[in-house]
Amino acid sequence: MDDHALLKKITILDFMLTDIGLYLNTHPNDKEALQKYNCIVEEAQKVRCEYEKICGPLVSFRSEGTHGWKWKNCPWPWEEEFNFKLRGDR
Amino acid sequence: MWVYEKKLEYPVKIKTCSPKLAKIIITQYGGPDGELGASLRYLSQRFTMVTSEAKAVLNDIGTEELAHLEMIGSIVTQLTRDATPEQLRQAGLDASYVDHGYGIYPQNAGGTPFSAETIQSTGNPIADLYEDMAAEQKAKATYEYLLNLIDIPEVADPIRFLREREVVHFQRFGESLRYVQEYYDSSRQFVIPKPEYMK
Repeated sequence: MDDHALLKKITILDFMLTDIGLYLNTHPNDKEALQKYNCIVEEAQKVRCEYEKICGPLVSFRSEGTHGWKWKNCPWPWEEEFNFKLRGDR
Repeated sequence: MWVYEKKLEYPVKIKTCSPKLAKIIITQYGGPDGELGASLRYLSQRFTMVTSEAKAVLNDIGTEELAHLEMIGSIVTQLTRDATPEQLRQAGLDASYVDHGYGIYPQNAGGTPFSAETIQSTGNPIADLYEDMAAEQKAKATYEYLLNLIDIPEVADPIRFLREREVVHFQRFGESLRYVQEYYDSSRQFVIPKPEYMK
């Protein structure tokens, strides 16, 4: 999978986690939501690993610098080139 | 503490040059109902909030608003990066250009710099949560006005996402308010100190 496709996948998964996580703050006993959250966390971890292997770290102080220091590499998220197209391909 | 993840919460991919849209969208960066104010407000209010639910909500929504601030900054910079100074002037951005060049500066659509006077942190959990609900409605209204003026799909798309998040945030603050009200109605009411004038 190419880098934009992986970025799209992790963006979607992390957003779902953010949203369900916010919901769980006020509905901590919702077992269905918690189950969904835990499933997605597992998948997100896998995608994150795959993404970081190809594109470099997502967090500066968390990933291993196995192929040199890739953190500072361009493009950065606020640049057009960094982002994937939501509909259709790049 | 904060961790920065090197990605946007929602993609911003704009190839069009439109200083006239940048001029109005900046208001959600540094305007009265923008994301900077929202994040500062919630992250400040959380220090005096009660109930774990409300503290978590303020913490997490405050954090998400920083991600939204980043999106707005990205939108504005992508809209102006290819513009000439003359194009900026034609869009009414000459005054801003003179003080900030192509820089992203926290200001409203009229050029007024961001002010903490547009937010409050009263230290009173009930007052703060009502303010937060109002804040989300104001932000939603602003996004709706913006969408009425945006005619480019690649710009409307992330703005529409941001508007939808305001609806969810409003819901969460409403739920937090209920937790806080229950907390004060319960037998643990002794934790509220009597105001000086009532002693």
